[in-house]
Amino acid sequence: MKSISFDTTNALCGGLLTAVGLFFAWQSFGLELGTAFRMGPGYFPLVLSGVLTLLGVVILVQSARVHGEPMGPIAIRGMLFILPAPIFFGLTVRGLGFVPALFFTALIACFASHRMRPLWAVALSLALTVFSVLVFSYGLQLPYQRFGPWVRF
Amino acid sequence: MDLVSNLALGFATAASPANLLFCLIGVLLGTLIGVLPGIGATATIAMLLPITFQLEPVSSLIMLAGIYYGAQYGGSTTAILINMPGESSSAVTAIDGYQMARNGRAGAALAIAALGSFFAGTVATFLVAIFAPPLTAIALEFGAAEYFSLMIVGLVSSVALAHGSIVKALAMVALGLLLGLVGTDIYTGTPRFTLGIREYADGLNFVGLAVGVFGIAEILRNLESEKTREVLMARVTDLMPSRDDFKRMLAPILRGTVIGSALGILPGGGAILAAFASYTVEKRISDRPQDFGRGAVAGVAGPESANNAGAQTSFIPLLTLGIPANPVMALMIGAMIIQGIVPGPNVAAEQPRLFWGIIASMWIGNLMLVVLNLPLIGLWVKLLKVPYFILFPIIMAFSSVGVYSVNANVYDLYAVAFFGLVGYLLLKLRCEPAPLLLGFVLGPLLEENLRRAMILSRGDPTTFFTRPISATLLAIAAVVLVVVFLPAVKAKREEVFVEED
Repeated sequence: MKSISFDTTNALCGGLLTAVGLFFAWQSFGLELGTAFRMGPGYFPLVLSGVLTLLGVVILVQSARVHGEPMGPIAIRGMLFILPAPIFFGLTVRGLGFVPALFFTALIACFASHRMRPLWAVALSLALTVFSVLVFSYGLQLPYQRFGPWVRF
Repeated sequence: MDLVSNLALGFATAASPANLLFCLIGVLLGTLIGVLPGIGATATIAMLLPITFQLEPVSSLIMLAGIYYGAQYGGSTTAILINMPGESSSAVTAIDGYQMARNGRAGAALAIAALGSFFAGTVATFLVAIFAPPLTAIALEFGAAEYFSLMIVGLVSSVALAHGSIVKALAMVALGLLLGLVGTDIYTGTPRFTLGIREYADGLNFVGLAVGVFGIAEILRNLESEKTREVLMARVTDLMPSRDDFKRMLAPILRGTVIGSALGILPGGGAILAAFASYTVEKRISDRPQDFGRGAVAGVAGPESANNAGAQTSFIPLLTLGIPANPVMALMIGAMIIQGIVPGPNVAAEQPRLFWGIIASMWIGNLMLVVLNLPLIGLWVKLLKVPYFILFPIIMAFSSVGVYSVNANVYDLYAVAFFGLVGYLLLKLRCEPAPLLLGFVLGPLLEENLRRAMILSRGDPTTFFTRPISATLLAIAAVVLVVVFLPAVKAKREEVFVEED
């Protein structure tokens, strides 16, 4: 076979790493570089980003030769519900307070699986919240408001 | 005898009621997560780190160490019973252990694994006690150049032991180092790579990164294809191995312990390598190599002893040099720093209770595991049936609370989500996250020592080659790197890691 083909996974990997390397290099140039004797804040990062960019290019070049397995399925539903869960907790833990924030965080995460039934999800989140409040708030005395300013009357 | 009095101090510390309790909690939690699928020791320790804030430093490190070796035990249980290694280091155990279980000898296989591990753990604990003090003495002589070279050895070894492409593993190290540099530059106070976000001035939160890259990425991978796990379980009867078994497990256990202890000291994940090395050795010198893969006693006893010995001796570089040998050890460093202890050779001198307490607790923890696990097998087996979709909301909730409680910084939670995505992407792109985490931890230390060494040598880079210890270390790193790129070794290495998958 003469036609050029790429291993998509590796091509993507190499491309991304190169881009990240270049990004860090560009950021490093904004910092004082200094000399090898007295290195500035940008010296070591610049060297590292150079290495990273180089390795990214190597992977990119290799992707035309070595072939691996395909990437397989991607957990779209998982990403849609799992990743927002900690973000939601971060956004609401001060406003809503520990108890409601944790309950909804667990509830959001529950829906990442298509096998979870809504009633089960609520029950699980409730149980989890009660347990966590007992352990973290009362047991370990972590200093969080159980109910925040948004839900107080 | 110094050793005796030191060990006595250690046992006195570790045997206090509170520390015994935390050791017990640690090993039970460890076994639990070793048995449960989809959550490893690294993610658990990362989640629990913040909670250990509230404890005494000794207690918290004892508990975290307990989780680590408890997980090894739990992992071998699932490897034997359902052919699914809970931890990567027990992958080898699954080969012959599961076959023994299918032949109706599950009980014997579990007992052999437990006894082998216990023996190896005992020996390795003593090795740590014997070798840690002299190594500490050497480490005290280390200057900036030596530390730099030593970290290079650690990073290179982690590359050598990573799965898949070596170039990718090297890239992961570089990326990890760069991420480790995010935050304020220690010499000039300049913020670096913070994208103008003030909350990242202290650097990216280590716990957040670890939870994201190891915990969340793993959850996402498990959610790709949800299947009901087949729990085809032989009933566990007859825990006692026969006299014939005892005869056949003795030599493999001894050899496994030696192999494991030696390889565990290597930075980069010695326990996994040790198990493979032991299996290969046993298969080669056995007079009945055809039995391997069909339930050979030696195929369980050797690797199980080796991985436990390796897990134990990987504490040596941590306790003497403050250099982590694997991601779990990196988390232990995080735990020490949170507690205000500077990891390194001074720990043994300044905190003898802590140092020897941890060492003694390892032996106590191993004893607990043998005593508890065999009778509790029935309970662990039941836990195997917990469906995954119940587990991950629990993991998400606990990790959110855990990460938030480190600094009460909500940006750490955003970092968790971001690194969860990054970790998943890396998994999909077949990149190994372990070198990244190691790089992340070592990044600031590496830069600090590089800059200090350069200032001390007035800008002369040959300082790394003219100082004998530093030059030796760099030579080791170069040899390791050359060896992994040799075609023969490369082929063998790929073969080994394919078997593991």
